[in-house]
Amino acid sequence: MSEMNPNQGSPARQQAAQTVESLQRRRFIGAAGAAAGLAIAPGVMLIEVAHGRPEEQAASSAVRWGMLVDATKCGTGCNDCVTACSTENGWTPVAESAHPKQAPQWIRKLELQDPLTQMETNLPMMCQHCAEPPCVDVCPTGASFKRADGIVLVNRHTCIGCRYCMMACPYKARSLVHEQLNDTQKPDVPRGIGCVESCTFCVQKVDRGDGTTACVEACTASGHNALVFGDMNDPESEISRKLREIPTKQVRADLNLNLGVRYHGI
Amino acid sequence: MASLMQRASRAAFLAAAIVWAGLLPAQGGAPKPVIEKAVKGQQCVEDTEYMRKNHMKVLNHHRDKTVIEGIRTKKHSLKECINCHASEKTGSVAKSKDDFCVSCHTYAAVKIDCFECHSTKPQGPMTMHPLNADTAHYKHKLAAGAKKPVSVDDMAKVAQ
Ligand code: SF4
Ligand code: SF4
Repeated sequence: MSEMNPNQGSPARQQAAQTVESLQRRRFIGAAGAAAGLAIAPGVMLIEVAHGRPEEQAASSAVRWGMLVDATKCGTGCNDCVTACSTENGWTPVAESAHPKQAPQWIRKLELQDPLTQMETNLPMMCQHCAEPPCVDVCPTGASFKRADGIVLVNRHTCIGCRYCMMACPYKARSLVHEQLNDTQKPDVPRGIGCVESCTFCVQKVDRGDGTTACVEACTASGHNALVFGDMNDPESEISRKLREIPTKQVRADLNLNLGVRYHGI
Repeated sequence: MASLMQRASRAAFLAAAIVWAGLLPAQGGAPKPVIEKAVKGQQCVEDTEYMRKNHMKVLNHHRDKTVIEGIRTKKHSLKECINCHASEKTGSVAKSKDDFCVSCHTYAAVKIDCFECHSTKPQGPMTMHPLNADTAHYKHKLAAGAKKPVSVDDMAKVAQ
């Protein structure tokens, strides 16, 4: 996996990119801090941002939701995150689908082997919630969009099912609903025929203030603890701490999309 | 422009249809919609008359707020409509022909595709909404509905 992007750039270029990113991050934090100073006592704000917001308040760009996948902890043969996602969001898993080739895969498990060393790597792959999402660039209707807090979604009210975004996504993260779902949807997760869909970072849970996703909960419950979800703009969040401490990668970092999902051990 | 004209002509047609239906003797014409009483709530979040005419505007506005901005207030949310209006028999607003949404929409011949994507059933057990800050102003109506004169105390509570 580490050979995936040989032209990732010289160390100097990487460092330059990091500096830019950390400057941006500092700006964000500065803005959040100022708002906190105006609104509530300092310290209270951080908790507010991390654990949900009042329901009448819009998603804010002070937050950027992200996920860290520790591939060294991801279990061989474990599929708990995929099952949890299909249960939470109401999509039929490939194994149970009448048309497996068309089945939605909001998240899938990949098992990779390095042909030289035979080393095996396990990881879940899903929408990477790009900061510069190609799916949004190509969408002719504006249905594909990035929410203020970095979650990339499809507005099914405007999606015409053209599937441009499916072709544009480098991670094969999107799928089209081909058939009538006949009222099998979850009340919190509307989805239906003729629209494209992908991982939403469990936006219904995020908006409820759960501060986590179904896959992360399942992974933790299985004891693997390979997934961490949180606010990458909050320097005190678990995900930010981990990202500071351990080496992580973005898949196809050469595309420069600034991904919301980072991997360790690939 | 074309769609505006279409809409206007459709509205005119609907109005004509309703007037015409009203003039017919009781036996003739399309069967009148069955408007099932909401199970959970006592009073809609807006006046009934307003909602009959404008529920689609209210829903469209709220849907954009929710999908794009992530604002999930309950007041104009489709999910809450369903929570209240799902039939006691079918547990749904659109499963059988007498269910709340379908009944009227069949009568008016307006096809809706909300339920291609949205679940027609409420989530979890159906329980009564308490009045909240948004609906507290209906308290006097509820009190009137209970065939009891509204007392000065009641009004004082409404004001709060
Ligand atoms: S991973 Fe694919 S679907 Fe997700 S934001 Fe990036 S381009 Fe869009
Ligand atoms: S399928 Fe829908 S979301 Fe994707 S590009 Fe077409 S209109 Fe946009």
